Amino acid sequence: MELEKMKHLATKGKVSRREFIQFAVTTGMTIAAAQTMFSKVAKAEPKRGGFARIGVAHGSTSDTMDPGNYLDTGTQVPFWGAMSNSLTEVDAKGNVVGDLAESMEPADDGKSWVFKLRKGLTFHDGKDVTSEDVVASFRYHMGADSKSAAKSLLEAVADIKTDGKETVIFNLSGGNADFPYIASDYHIPIMPSKDGVVDANGTVRSGAFTFEKWEPGVSAKLKRNPNYHKSGMPYFDEIEVVSVADNAARMNALITGELHWIGRADLKTLNLLEKNPDIQITEVTGYGHYVYPMLTTVAPFDNVHVRQALKYAMNREDIAKKVFFGHAAPGNDNPIAPGIKFATNPEPIYAYDPDKAKFHLGKAGLTSLKVDLSVADTGFTGAVEAGVLYQEHAKAAGIDINLIREPNDGYWDNVWLKKGWCASYWSGRPTIDWMMTTVYAAGAAWNETAWSNARFNELLVAARGELDEAKRAGMYAEIQQLVHDDGGVVVVVFNNYVEAHSKKLAHGDVAPNWEADGLKLAERWWFA
Amino acid sequence: MNAILVTVLKRLGLGVITLFVVSIIISFVFELLPGDFAKAILGQSATPETVAAFQREKGLDRPPVERYLKWIGGVVVGDFGESYSGAGSLGGSKRPVAKLIAPRLSNTLFLAATAAIVAVPLALVLGLLAALYRNSLFDRVVNVVTLTSISTPEFFVAYILMLFLAVKLPWFYALANVSSDTPFLEHLARIALPVLTLVLVTVAQMMRMTRAAIINLLASPYIEMARLKGVPPRRIIVHHALPNAWAPIANVIALNLAYLVVGVVIVEVVFTYPGIGQLMVDAVSKRDMPVVQGCALIFAATYILLNLVADIVAIVTNPRLLHPR
Repeated sequence: MELEKMKHLATKGKVSRREFIQFAVTTGMTIAAAQTMFSKVAKAEPKRGGFARIGVAHGSTSDTMDPGNYLDTGTQVPFWGAMSNSLTEVDAKGNVVGDLAESMEPADDGKSWVFKLRKGLTFHDGKDVTSEDVVASFRYHMGADSKSAAKSLLEAVADIKTDGKETVIFNLSGGNADFPYIASDYHIPIMPSKDGVVDANGTVRSGAFTFEKWEPGVSAKLKRNPNYHKSGMPYFDEIEVVSVADNAARMNALITGELHWIGRADLKTLNLLEKNPDIQITEVTGYGHYVYPMLTTVAPFDNVHVRQALKYAMNREDIAKKVFFGHAAPGNDNPIAPGIKFATNPEPIYAYDPDKAKFHLGKAGLTSLKVDLSVADTGFTGAVEAGVLYQEHAKAAGIDINLIREPNDGYWDNVWLKKGWCASYWSGRPTIDWMMTTVYAAGAAWNETAWSNARFNELLVAARGELDEAKRAGMYAEIQQLVHDDGGVVVVVFNNYVEAHSKKLAHGDVAPNWEADGLKLAERWWFA
Repeated sequence: MNAILVTVLKRLGLGVITLFVVSIIISFVFELLPGDFAKAILGQSATPETVAAFQREKGLDRPPVERYLKWIGGVVVGDFGESYSGAGSLGGSKRPVAKLIAPRLSNTLFLAATAAIVAVPLALVLGLLAALYRNSLFDRVVNVVTLTSISTPEFFVAYILMLFLAVKLPWFYALANVSSDTPFLEHLARIALPVLTLVLVTVAQMMRMTRAAIINLLASPYIEMARLKGVPPRRIIVHHALPNAWAPIANVIALNLAYLVVGVVIVEVVFTYPGIGQLMVDAVSKRDMPVVQGCALIFAATYILLNLVADIVAIVTNPRLLHPR
C-alpha cells in the first residue's frame, strides 16, 4: 500500500511533514489524523546526541579488560557491546548478520568458512582492521596457555589463515553450519595486533564508542566514535556504564533520573515501577534457562523412569507464577528456547501430573523415592524457593525431595558437576548445535547430566555439517525429542530479561540473545 | 612526657606484631575457603586447562607457605604485591595492590571523616546537654530518638533516607558513585545521604557514653563541693566533670571511628560508594588474596592506631596516669 511506503519514508526522514500530510489527505485521511501519524512514525527515527547513563547489576573491582574473562554485564555492556565488534552479530530476530565481516561463505561442506571484512574499517587509533588482526584475536583464545572462557568454544577450529588483507579462512575439524554464530560471541572481539599478537588488555578496539575512563567495579565512561563503520551510529554522544549491585539502589537511581536504563529490574517491586509514568519496562524471553540437572550416571538417576517421574512431579506453572512473578516461561525439558531456529516443543508436555510420576516410579520398580537436591542462589536466582515448591509438588507423587542448601561461595567448584542433582543456569546459545555441543554432547566439559546417548551424539555431528535446511530441521527435532525423553535435565523455566528505562530513551526491537538488547544497547538506543 | 613516648613506642611495636599475626591468620583462613581466583573468575565456564593456565601465571600452583613467605617478604620492604586480576585503565598489565587500595581508602577516609566531623561534636553536645538536663523531657526525647536510630539496621536507615530524601523529595543524590575527578563540592553533595546514615547509627553510643560518664562523676564529693560553693551547673559539667570523663568517652569515640573506617560496607553497597569495604568484599569473593591481605592489614592497623590514640588521650587527661608511682 502506498501509505505504508510513505510511512516507511517518513521513518527514514526522507519525506517532510508537509509532503506526508498532503499525501495522506489524498488517501481520505483527515489532516489531524495525518499529523498524529506523522509524528508517530517520525519519532521512531533515531536522533543523535545526549549522555546516557546505563546502570548494570554486575561489576567487580576484579573485572578485567581481557575479553577472554568478560564475566558479566559489568564488562560485557561497555567493553564488548559499546567499544568492540566481533566478526558477526545476532540481530533482534535471532539471525546472524555480519558486523566487521561483510560476507561469510561456507566451503567444503561447512568444514571451512571464508569471512570477508568490510572495506575501510579502522580501529580507534586509526589503524586499519586487517585479516591479521582477526587471526590474532581468535588465536588469543586458543592454545595451551589460554585463560579464556572461549577456549572450549573454539576447540573445533583447526586452523585460521589470511588470504590477503581482507579475507580470513577458518578450517574446522568437522563441518559446522553455525560457525558464524560462534564468531558473534562476546568473548571474541577483534583487537588490533602487532606481529601476530593482540594486546588483550588494551583499550583500542573498533566499536561504536572509544575508551575514556574506567574504574573497575564502579563505572566506565565512553565517548562516541565519529568514524564508526555503521552509518549514523551510534546515537549517544557519551555513555557511562555504572555498576549498581543493590536492587533497590538501582531502581531508585532510575526513578530519580540519575540513570536512564537499568538491567535486572527487581521482580518483587516491578508493579510499583510500572506505575511510574516516566518509566518503561522492556521484557523479552531470552535463551536463558534455569535447570536442575541430574547426573545420569549416578543412582537413582541412571534409570530413565526415575528421571521421567521427577519431570512429571514438578508444577512449573506454579513456580513461574510464585517464584518469578510470571516473568518466566515454564520449561518442557528441552533446553532450546522457542525463539531459536529449528526449536520444537516435544510431546508429551511435562505438565504437573503426580499420577504419571507414580506410574513411572512403578516402572522403575519403586513405590516411593527419596532423593537429594542441592540448591543455592548462585545456581540460579530463586533456586532455593523453587526447590521448596518442587518438594511440595513431588510429595503428591510419593517422591521425597531432600533439599540441601549449599553455600553460594565455591558453588560451581564443589557442587555443580559433583553432586548427583543440583541447580544450574544457562544464559543459552543462539543455535541448537552450540547449546547441545556445550552441555549435552558426550564428553563435553560442561555435560552437567553426564548424559551419553549414542543416537543423539551421532545426529548432532551429522546435523552440524548438514547444509540442507529441511534435513537439518528433521534432525534437530529428533535431537530435542531425545533430550526431552531421555535426558537428565529438568528445565524449570526460561527466564525473561526484565529491564527498565526512562521514557527519554527510545529503541527498536529488543534482541533476546543476551540481556541489555543483546548487550548492544549503547549502540542501538537513542534519546527520543 | 617521656613516659608517654615509651608507651607509644611499646604499643607501636606490639601493633606490628599484631599485624603480622593477623596476616598469618588471614592467610590460613583463606586457604580453608573453597576454590581459588582462577575458578572464581571463570565461574561456570572453568575448564581444567584454563584453570591450570591461570594458576601457572599467578603462581597459585605453589604451596601456600611459599606464597605467603613471598608476599610477606614484599610487604616488609613496602611492596604489597599485585592483584591477581589483570590490567585495566591503570596502565600496563599489572594492578599493584597499593594503587588499587589508595583511591578506595581515600574515599572511605573522606566519608568517615565527614561523618565523624558531624557525629562526634553532635554526640558530645547532646550528651552534655542530656547530662545537664537529665530526666527532663529533652533528655528523654534525645535518648528515645538516638536509641531508635541505633536499633534500626543501617541498611534500613539507608533505604528509608533514600526513599524520603532522594525519591519522594528530590533533595539529595540516590547514588554516591563518585570518581577521582568528581569536584569536591559534588563529592560532598553525593555523600550527604551516606553521611546522614552513618551519623544516625553512630551518635547514640557516643552520646549515651558521654551522658553516663558525666552523670557518674556528678555523684562524687568534689562535684558536691562545687555545687555547695554555688558554681552554676553548666560550669560544673564543662569545667569539673568533663575533664575527668574524657577517658571512657575517648574510648567510645575511637571505637566508633574505627567502625566508620572498617564497618561501612553495607552503606557503601546501598549507595554504591566506591570505598575500601566493597573492594575487600569483591576481592574475597574472587579469592584475590593480595588485595584481601592489603585491606585486612589496613583495617587492623586502623583499630590498633585508634585504640592507641584513645589510650593516650586517657593518659594525657589524667595526670595520675602521667606520673605512675
